[in-house]
Amino acid sequence: MQSLPFQPEQASSIAKSVDQLYFFLTAVTLFFTALIFSIIFYFMIKYRRRSPNERPKAIEGSFPLEVLWTAIPTLIVAMIFVWGSVLYFRNSEAPKGSMEIFVTGKQWMWKVEHPEGQREINELHVPLGRPVKLTMTSEDVIHDFFVPAFRVKKDVLPGRYTSLWFSATKVGTFHLFCAQYCGAFHAGMIGSIIVQQPDEYERWLAGGVPGESMEQAGAKVFQASGCPTCHLADGTGLGPSLLGVYGQPVKLTTGQTITADDAYVRQHILNPKATTVFGYHPIMPSFQGQLTEEQLNNLVAYIRALGKATPAPKEAGKQ
Amino acid sequence: MTDAEAHAQNAGLAHQFEDLEQQQETDALGIWVFLVTEIMFFGGLFASYAIYRWLYFAAFQGGSHILDIRLGAANTIVLLASSLTMALSVRSAQAGNRRALALFLVATMILGGIFLGVKAVEYNQKFVEHVVPSLDWAPEGQTLARLAPGGLEHAQIYFFFYFAMTGLHALHMIIGEGLLLWLVVRARKGNFNPHYFAPVEVVGLYWHFVDIVWIFLFPLLYLIGGRY
Amino acid sequence: MSTATLEPRVRASRNYLNADYGWKSWLFTVDHKRIALLYLVSITFFFMIGGSFAVLMRINLTEPQGALVQPETYNKLFTLHGIVMVWFFLIPSIPAVLGNFLVPLMVGSRDLAFPKLNLLSWYIFIVGGLFTLYSAIAGGVDTGWTFYTPYSSMYTNTQVTAVAIGVFITGFSSILTGLNFIVTIHKMRAPGLTWFRMPLFLWSMYATSIILVLATPVLAITLVLIALEHLFHVGIFSPGLGGDPLLFQHLFWFYSHPAVYIMILPAMGVVSEIIPCFARKRIFGYKIVAFSSVAIAVLGFLVWGHHMFVTGQSVYAGLIFSLLSFLIAIPSAIKVFNWTSTLYKGSISYEAPMLYAMGFIGLFTMGGLTGLFLASLATDVHLNGTYFIVAHFHYIMVGGAVMGYLGGIHFWWPKISGRKYPNGWAALAAAIIFIGFNLTFFPQFILGYLGMPRRYAFYPAEFQVLNVMSSAGATVLGVGYLIPLVYLIWSMRYGPIAEPNPWGATGLEWKTSSPPPTENFAEIPVVTEEAYAYAAEEAAGD
Repeated sequence: MQSLPFQPEQASSIAKSVDQLYFFLTAVTLFFTALIFSIIFYFMIKYRRRSPNERPKAIEGSFPLEVLWTAIPTLIVAMIFVWGSVLYFRNSEAPKGSMEIFVTGKQWMWKVEHPEGQREINELHVPLGRPVKLTMTSEDVIHDFFVPAFRVKKDVLPGRYTSLWFSATKVGTFHLFCAQYCGAFHAGMIGSIIVQQPDEYERWLAGGVPGESMEQAGAKVFQASGCPTCHLADGTGLGPSLLGVYGQPVKLTTGQTITADDAYVRQHILNPKATTVFGYHPIMPSFQGQLTEEQLNNLVAYIRALGKATPAPKEAGKQ
Repeated sequence: MTDAEAHAQNAGLAHQFEDLEQQQETDALGIWVFLVTEIMFFGGLFASYAIYRWLYFAAFQGGSHILDIRLGAANTIVLLASSLTMALSVRSAQAGNRRALALFLVATMILGGIFLGVKAVEYNQKFVEHVVPSLDWAPEGQTLARLAPGGLEHAQIYFFFYFAMTGLHALHMIIGEGLLLWLVVRARKGNFNPHYFAPVEVVGLYWHFVDIVWIFLFPLLYLIGGRY
Repeated sequence: MSTATLEPRVRASRNYLNADYGWKSWLFTVDHKRIALLYLVSITFFFMIGGSFAVLMRINLTEPQGALVQPETYNKLFTLHGIVMVWFFLIPSIPAVLGNFLVPLMVGSRDLAFPKLNLLSWYIFIVGGLFTLYSAIAGGVDTGWTFYTPYSSMYTNTQVTAVAIGVFITGFSSILTGLNFIVTIHKMRAPGLTWFRMPLFLWSMYATSIILVLATPVLAITLVLIALEHLFHVGIFSPGLGGDPLLFQHLFWFYSHPAVYIMILPAMGVVSEIIPCFARKRIFGYKIVAFSSVAIAVLGFLVWGHHMFVTGQSVYAGLIFSLLSFLIAIPSAIKVFNWTSTLYKGSISYEAPMLYAMGFIGLFTMGGLTGLFLASLATDVHLNGTYFIVAHFHYIMVGGAVMGYLGGIHFWWPKISGRKYPNGWAALAAAIIFIGFNLTFFPQFILGYLGMPRRYAFYPAEFQVLNVMSSAGATVLGVGYLIPLVYLIWSMRYGPIAEPNPWGATGLEWKTSSPPPTENFAEIPVVTEEAYAYAAEEAAGD
């Protein structure tokens, strides 16, 4: 479907399907608006008052009509609900193997970090045709990451991670806007998504300042913060080994079982006592206020990497 | 009925009403609707409290154990007693017993005053222990030992709600004391009779409501997770 | 046409306007009709203020880099525009002006249940307004009318506490008005006025009052929490202490979504009175329309999460809120069809009130249908936070609620003032408002889909054309609003004197003089006929 002049470019894998639903909604709106307008117009003329003493007969109502014009809108609305929900649901989880990029919003700029360590401000380079998952947080107030051409948007909140994903289908530069009012220069918190051919993207990545990858930076933070003291790799320490843990179910002392995802990792570092792993004492200190958002992001990247390793053997006495 | 009775019966009848019965029913419905709004008002606080308590149970438990449960329990009994005296004052008005009406109203005021006094003592304790969020947050010694395991920041949230909820409640009590005083003055002037005592009933309902709010507050704030 | 036995040119010698003179008789009145006029003057004042902010905003947006003000000032303008328009104009408008005036007349009583409380409501409104005006003068507020945390509580240093106090105080005005209406409608209906004989305006006042009474207290406590956090920096909505910024949004929208139904239900009630009168037909499907009002009020409490689809809340929560948001479209659709059907085989005349009612139906239909785009999760992701949202709610609140309000003012003006206004000017103003409105807000739908976010003090150049179109439309709209001000004030002195029932309408308010005497009726009426008894066999003594 060609983009209409009143749409942004369709530059992502979901843009067309969102536009189709939008187009249908526009058609429904125009249809019913035209219907009501024309019926009213017609009645206004046909039944205009012709003499001052006219007294039309009373019409109470019509139950069949009420049922009809309740049922039809209900059906239409149900259809739109299902269509919109299915699309939303399908688009809610990033596909496996998505490229993982960290985004930090702060008044009034976007900070981007690629897993290889490449950093950007107000720009995000991505390769064409590859799903990209953004893990986002804010350093201060609520922001919102909005790329009209991709039809994606997600609030960026302080103190937690939110994520969105997209797969770009067109090479080019596309607007990035902050779409949640965040203070004086909210309107200035804009940037660009730069979609490149895969080989061009690799060149760009390599040409940047060679630094360490996020995983490497995270390993350094891990060491410097004293984590290995308790989190011995072989599982014999005061804290559990972190090998093979990321993304797996974890049982807590409260009896709940949760998944060790980004949110859990981040939250556990900042407030460990609330989510102690079953079989361990709640002695992990909190790192609230001691780590920057960037260090936290790097730690998460590191722990994600550890998650790919083989888990340590379970200690008989510990779990 | 005699002219005097008719006059007494219609004393206090406002111009928009047909008769005293309509007026009394209207006043009663009015105060009930108002109390529903009060439920929604406190409700927002209670809902927020419930969410944070679910999130940070250990911290809330630690905070709860710092409160003086004996003072809280004593206050609960005092308020319940004040509701009794309030109900008795409505009954007295209904029965036309002017002396009893004034006496029970004063008794209610006194009991309310005791409640507020105890509350003041409790608040003072919190200042001494330095557990006033943001203004004087520096728990030490035993207090710190009790709060630290659950997380100090989250304990601050607990105490914020402690002050906000009991403070809002105390404000309502103070307003109630004012209303009671107004009633005492009117009662002594002989404003009320068995046909016209709606203001007493209305204030009575308000007072009972404030009492019920405390009945919820006490266990929610003071009795978390048992005691040592 | 009229049931009056009075000679039209002879003014009722004694009515509520001339019953007493002097400022004290107005400021200490307990007459619901005078209180209604006190509100009329106050909300018109606030409308001018809120409207001026809008004018400045639209001027600024004619140029991509901002044509008039610094971004910080622009942010304060849109914040105060929202606060003033929502709480000091829209929410009081129909209930406090038309409701206060008409509810006792329509139920056939001499006043509301609690007249002194009614006066207190007005004073509370004024005090709240003064706090808000103070906050505007003392530096303004730049949080948006939605006060999202942690920006509003921990980051901005603008007058958040002052304005929170102002809105908090005004909330009690709403609550007491709602309380008064509920009790009056329950307890003070005239003999023979059963629930299903009541005019639909009373049903909509009742449904609105339920929302006023249940939702506003939640706003009140939310404002208290914001103010406390802004003053003491406790951080209950801020992650530093483990607070949750989204908790604020839930609390805020739990009130603010029902609040939009506070704004639209009364306008629907006005339209339900105007159409039968000017089509000379009973409303089609009376009971269905009555129940729809109540259904909208109830469902309105269940959909607040649709403001938070992109906050990262669970997909399942999104699904539930989306479904409920779709369902609430149904009773509104039913009403539109019922109003339209009332015209069928009617005898229609086109005086100004009817033009406003027709405009309402058209614009509300459009605005309501654009709500479907936002209830639908997949499209809301793209549209949230953009000008599409701005266009949607202005279609409903301005195209709907304000037109309903103006229609009601024009319909009941003869009753309120005892005078008639020139219909030609009124029709012209209605047309200018309709055209100006569409020119202002239709381009914003397109801007939104193109991706222009809202609350932007400056914007990429590609959005300029549509912005200029919108600003041009706003000029037309502004002119349209000023015209009624002129002829309505003119009519109070020079307009032809109005009969008790100049439109030939049914309803108890038309059975007393224009303007009514202070006590409303010489004798409390007894109701024997159904509502909207326009048909020949029903019309008594015409």
